[in-house]
Amino acid sequence: MHLKYESIVREPLVDGNKTYRQVTEDIVSPIEKKPGKMWYAGFFIALALLGFGVFSVFWEVYFGIGVWGINRTVGWGWDITNFVWWVGIGHAGTLISAILLIFRQGWRTGVNRAAEAMTIFAVMCAGQFPIFHMGRVWDAMYVLPYPNTRGPLWPNFNSALLWDVFAISTYFTVSLLFWYSGLVPDFATIRDRAKTKFRKRAYGLASFGWTGTAKNWQRFESLSLVLAGLSTPLVLSVHTIVSFDFATSVIPGWHTTIFPPYFVAGAIFSGFAMVQTLLILVRKILGLEEYITLGHIEAMNKVIVLTGSIVGVAYLTELFMSWYSQVVYEQDAFNWRIIGPYWWSYWAMMTCNVVSPQLFWFKKLRRNIPFTFIMSIVVNIGMWFERFVIIVTSLYRDYLPGSWTYYSPTWPEVGFYIGTFGLFFTCFFLFAKYFPVIAVAEIKFVLKTSGDNFKKEMIKVDEQPLEEFVHENSHH
Amino acid sequence: MAIKKFAVACYDTEETLFPAVEKVRHSGYKLHDVYTPFPVHGLDVAMGLKETDLHVAGFIFGLTGTSTAVGFMSWIFTSDWPVNFGGKPHWSLPAFIPITFELTVLFAAVGMVLTYCYLNQIMPGVKKHIFHPRQTDDYFVVVIELNEHVSETEVVSFLKSTGSVETNVQIAEDSWWYGRWDEKEAYELA
Repeated sequence: MHLKYESIVREPLVDGNKTYRQVTEDIVSPIEKKPGKMWYAGFFIALALLGFGVFSVFWEVYFGIGVWGINRTVGWGWDITNFVWWVGIGHAGTLISAILLIFRQGWRTGVNRAAEAMTIFAVMCAGQFPIFHMGRVWDAMYVLPYPNTRGPLWPNFNSALLWDVFAISTYFTVSLLFWYSGLVPDFATIRDRAKTKFRKRAYGLASFGWTGTAKNWQRFESLSLVLAGLSTPLVLSVHTIVSFDFATSVIPGWHTTIFPPYFVAGAIFSGFAMVQTLLILVRKILGLEEYITLGHIEAMNKVIVLTGSIVGVAYLTELFMSWYSQVVYEQDAFNWRIIGPYWWSYWAMMTCNVVSPQLFWFKKLRRNIPFTFIMSIVVNIGMWFERFVIIVTSLYRDYLPGSWTYYSPTWPEVGFYIGTFGLFFTCFFLFAKYFPVIAVAEIKFVLKTSGDNFKKEMIKVDEQPLEEFVHENSHH
Repeated sequence: MAIKKFAVACYDTEETLFPAVEKVRHSGYKLHDVYTPFPVHGLDVAMGLKETDLHVAGFIFGLTGTSTAVGFMSWIFTSDWPVNFGGKPHWSLPAFIPITFELTVLFAAVGMVLTYCYLNQIMPGVKKHIFHPRQTDDYFVVVIELNEHVSETEVVSFLKSTGSVETNVQIAEDSWWYGRWDEKEAYELA
């Protein structure tokens, strides 16, 4: 009576001969084992990077923002570049978990948990930069509208920078809630098969006492759908508001209406590249090749080539508009980007973001894992340069030629950036060890329609004559 | 909060679960609950559960967020501390849109998750009875509440006839309590 049918033309989402029990076993058993040498090596390298980052930030807080290379002309340097870069990376997680849920893209189930984790860790890293860029970081709470003894003096709600405070903090909170509400049933699965007392207690606490009653699952699905519906405009709003930080100013190179869609496309582009980098490693190390299949990698590469092309069109539109505007300041800003002292950053951006992703039009390359891995890193380098180009090459030559300058970072700035890699990978290593990196319940939900062994049954259904099929399935 | 007696039947596929749930409903026995390792579509209909109104709560929380943001910013910029930003109007509504949107989403999401936890009775530290350790793995567990009016053996043999892979009778707490998951409860040891 419950016929689960999906066309055999569609690639299976889960390879191998899987049962529900096997799915649990495959995904949960790495959590129950002791981590390997690779894990320890990676984790301690990440911790060391984090330690260096903490030291660099301490240096900056202790001696003041003057230890950075930024100056009166270039007020935003590596810090804001890194902020925008990390926030952008976060966007892929929400796209996968929310937008693809609404579009009923079944392949998201294999990758959404890890991608959402990546979102949360990336936003954590991003948030550090504007906070420490404030200089007097002990006054950071001044951006929040709380009753205070200074009037009360409120922040300026008309400022794009304050919109950012609200956008980023809302984005972090909602992503965390969405991620954790999905984790609760999976923690319950780990809890109920736990052999050690400590694991039973810890996952018992983390699973909030979930038992999986029919009513609870009904509410679970309602919650997921509404949170997805809320996150979809939210993720678009976040990078739109980040782009407003630039677009609402009157700086040539920033003052442009194309920024919101251009930033959102770029964010998804870099985010998917980061998902590829992480998942290609995770599937290999944890042996999850049957859940994160070549089909998943290809689907994400398609998103990369699409968003990469959108970004390319945006770059060309910017160039056209600067010429078409007939404003000399605009024209010079773009002219200097291409052939000025920062030409290398512009051409690094163009090569990595526009030219190289076009190779993904070839199916062979989309399904080639080493190539995808290299490309994912190339794209993230390119997207870092994009933010550097937008920020630094719009600022270093301002309206007053006397204050023109050339900006280079100092070691505490670079150290801060390296430190956020430490933070990101420390969190990700802990996640990969203690959390189910694939949503167990969601895989079980799609298993009978999209699992390899169950799809083979569909061949029989497809070949069956209509009369016979109706006869067999119309009554019970 | 009460300790009760339950008849428990485990099924390993949806194909046996659905007819079994239908039979239990028509048998007149008191269906306590059905536990599944993942959301099984159509099970709520088969059990006769009503559609959830959780999304309505989300909508109301969202509206609260919208009005909080608009009201708060309007009050501050028109009456509490009006600031002159380049001669622009104090009540600059279009500039309020981003924060209004963010607070709408924030209130809706946080409020809805809290409502969800309250309704589902889930919270860190909460403990509930697990009828079968595989109910969060691969078993679909149907639980019937027993009382003095029904015969225990009759219910068990009825459940066995529906194609269950495992059937038993358990004495259990029917609600939630605060407890540690690595410790056994008094009623389990008795």
